[in-house]
Amino acid sequence: MTTDEARTTTRPSAAWRAQADVRTAASLAGRRRRDALMRIAIALSAALALIPLVLILGYLLVRGLGGLSLALLTALPKPVGEPGGGIANAIAGSLLLLGIAAVCGIPVGLLAGTYLAERPNGRLAAVVRFVADVLNGTPSIVVGIAVWAAVVRPMQRFSALAGGVALAVILAPLVARTTEQMLRLVPPTVREAALALGFTEWRTALRVIAPAAGPGIATGLLVALSRVAGETAPLLFTAFGNPYWSVSPSEPIAAVPLQIYTYALSPYDEWRAQAWAAALGLVGVVAVLTIAARAVARRPRVRTR
Amino acid sequence: MTGLGDRVWRGTTTLAALAIPASLGVISVVLLVGAWPTLRETGLALVLDRSWEPRSGAFGVAAALVGTLETSLLAVLIAAPLGIGTALYTVEFAPTGVSRVLATICDILAAIPSVVYGLWGAAILVPLVRTVVAPALQAVGGRTPFFAGPSYGAGILTAALLLALMILPFVTAVSREVIAAVPVAQREAALALGATRWEMLRDAVLPAAKTGIAGGIALALGRALGETMAVTMVIGNRHELSWSLLAPGYTLASLLANEFGEAASDAHLSALMAVALLLLLLVTLAVNAIARRLVRTVRAGLAAVEVTR
Amino acid sequence: MRRATLLGVTLGLAACGGDPPATPERNANGRTGSVDLTGAGATFPYPLYSRWFSEYAVKTGVKINYQSIGSGGGIRQLREGVVDFGASEAPLTDAEIAQIPRGRVLQVPAVVGGVVLVYNVPGLTAELKLTADVVADIFLGRITKWNDPRLAELNAGVSLPPDEIVVVYRADGSGTTYVFTDWLTRVSAAWAGGPGHGKDVRWPVGLGAKGNEGVAGQVKTTPNTIGFVELAYATQNRLPSAALRNRAGFFVAPTVNALAAAAAGVENRLPGPNDFRVSLVDTPVGDAYPLASFSWLLLYQAQSDDAKGRKLVDFIRWAVRTGQGSARALDYAPLPPALVTRILATLDGVSIGQ
Repeated sequence: MTTDEARTTTRPSAAWRAQADVRTAASLAGRRRRDALMRIAIALSAALALIPLVLILGYLLVRGLGGLSLALLTALPKPVGEPGGGIANAIAGSLLLLGIAAVCGIPVGLLAGTYLAERPNGRLAAVVRFVADVLNGTPSIVVGIAVWAAVVRPMQRFSALAGGVALAVILAPLVARTTEQMLRLVPPTVREAALALGFTEWRTALRVIAPAAGPGIATGLLVALSRVAGETAPLLFTAFGNPYWSVSPSEPIAAVPLQIYTYALSPYDEWRAQAWAAALGLVGVVAVLTIAARAVARRPRVRTR
Repeated sequence: MTGLGDRVWRGTTTLAALAIPASLGVISVVLLVGAWPTLRETGLALVLDRSWEPRSGAFGVAAALVGTLETSLLAVLIAAPLGIGTALYTVEFAPTGVSRVLATICDILAAIPSVVYGLWGAAILVPLVRTVVAPALQAVGGRTPFFAGPSYGAGILTAALLLALMILPFVTAVSREVIAAVPVAQREAALALGATRWEMLRDAVLPAAKTGIAGGIALALGRALGETMAVTMVIGNRHELSWSLLAPGYTLASLLANEFGEAASDAHLSALMAVALLLLLLVTLAVNAIARRLVRTVRAGLAAVEVTR
Repeated sequence: MRRATLLGVTLGLAACGGDPPATPERNANGRTGSVDLTGAGATFPYPLYSRWFSEYAVKTGVKINYQSIGSGGGIRQLREGVVDFGASEAPLTDAEIAQIPRGRVLQVPAVVGGVVLVYNVPGLTAELKLTADVVADIFLGRITKWNDPRLAELNAGVSLPPDEIVVVYRADGSGTTYVFTDWLTRVSAAWAGGPGHGKDVRWPVGLGAKGNEGVAGQVKTTPNTIGFVELAYATQNRLPSAALRNRAGFFVAPTVNALAAAAAGVENRLPGPNDFRVSLVDTPVGDAYPLASFSWLLLYQAQSDDAKGRKLVDFIRWAVRTGQGSARALDYAPLPPALVTRILATLDGVSIGQ
């Protein structure tokens, strides 16, 4: 949004609404009343949104806390009837899958998002934006099916690579769109000033714009990674799952959401307890990462070193 | 004038940007190739017919199509105001500590696997709808066809509620960032002109944040349309078209999730690929529609400027 | 700069593989080498198979990776050559076998399982007795209330409420559905002419739940429901299950012994020397439970890979003999010994290598 657009989109609505207020003979008292009402409405909506979310977290805690143990994190899966099974291989597998997805998807997403923010008015930008939104809405199982046909079938094997690629395909457009939105929040004057001072485009992007949009981009990355970390459907026909320890990209590999899926839908209490504990663990890890990233990347003003 | 650095930079970002339509292209080709037999045989009946019977070769997903639209739109209708309200509260009204906690909780919720949402939905939400929500709605609007019929807990409304919860973090996170990014100057200008807090938000902050919020809603809608695991556990999985929101239904994504693992015959598999393609098309159209409305709104705003100037 | 470092560290942690855990693995040799065999298929036998693979790995060091992605998925992966064996309760027909170009597929029974009718009728403590035609009519929507005269007739002395019956079926195609509809098709002409027999049928009434877990969960939390699940889900969730009338006229409760009885004498009914595709539903044996079924393992008759073929056949040999010992504890019934002899003979006929 250029500075002109920002000015003109604000003014007309204010003028119109001022006229509307006059038409409805809204007195100061009336406006104050409306203000109070809307404050309540806003607080209420936040509460309404939060209550069920807290309920879910609470349910997760209640069902999962009992199963959390060191054994869960360090042992391999055991069949029903043998105590002490764990998800160590699933944790390693998820890390590998996320690593592959991040390496493939994050750079593409960040750079694509930058392209969209820097040259937003071309044909390509419109196409990319549209396609990214479509991809963000594609059911993850469809992505899994496509990657199965494109990677697993030719390779004649399930693999961590296929799983990582499927996750990357989901990750990239998400990161691209959130990056674009965060970059566009930086006032265009900043970019123009840097260019006027003789910075090259890439220097501007990397040293001036990116730090200013940093926290927003980081939030976007975190939300995207968290979302992808919990995906099960695309892994069913790509990574496949593996009851043994494996960190090879060309072999089938276990993943935490896959394990949760298999165990939670089984009839056995001990497996189900592990599933809920694993889910709690997954959410816990994401929570820790989110808090850590927030603490480090607090919203700065544009730096004047 | 552009140096080597900039040319490399532009090239790299352009390549990255191209990778995104490329991946969609690959997906579409794979689906199209797989779906071709069904598209040739069944054609338009896929969308218009209500009966889905793989064994006899009947592949009609009208019920699932309607169910997808119903649940997703309802979910966005519920989640959008709640999300924007939460974002406003977090940024404008909450004390810093509370604000950070709220933001963290919302973001964590994006990480919960859908199967967990589904299990929670089946264990808690379904009985809740059956015992509390449905009777309440029926007491108020039982006469209308929207809340008719007995409620078994699982149904369109339950799925919409669960979806709303799942997409809430997306709306909230994006709205939060966008609202916080509105320059302080805008806010202070409105307040200086005598606006109340709410008026300041309505006239100075929200209009500036509008595009970003719409983007967040588009993301949320996308997620709602594509959600597979959780919905199938609370929707009743019935190929049924009914006016009542309390009736069980189906969505295209649930259909895919339920049947893809078991489909052995080539015809069945091809039909499922066609369903996947249809879903993709639906998402494309929905996104297109939102984009158009956005453009129209911005244009209307600019046009109004011309008038008042 | 700090942010970039944090991002880099996070990604680095994510990407690095790490060493296997220090705690002792259950494998005899603790190798982290690659898996020897891959299989995919039904969820029905998954708990037992995972026990088998674990025991077998300790005994021989052979590692097998089996994932329950659905029997149709298993067959597809087998067809594409992505996995070495499949598993299914719904045996392939000749036409379906012909559709697999890679070679002839052999189907070998691995264990006997059962499907149970579970219900949730508040206040009902006695075990419900049901017959196939009554069940068919319930699932067809013809019997709609719990206190229907036909139900009362079967359950004399039990007070049934006047409430509406809520049917719960499997939304996803499955072997469990295949077995259940097999039974209904044999007895009810209306069912045979209507939804019919298959992994995935058109259910006239009721709610669809995902997986055995979904059905069990729905029945457990919703009053007046009736659904069908594998035996393990009924026992583990402590859901009341119905006694069904078998062909001999007795009402039999679903127990492992009753399942084993259903398979008794099956070796005399085999359609061919290497063809084990027999239905165990509604057998004439006196104390048999009518909703029993084999779970088959699918493999190619001609194994092209020498090492893999040998390992696979050896494993199946072990499974149908020693492995049967673990079946009862997990709510499955072992194969009858006479059948095992026939299976071993068939396995001898599997050609390995070029």
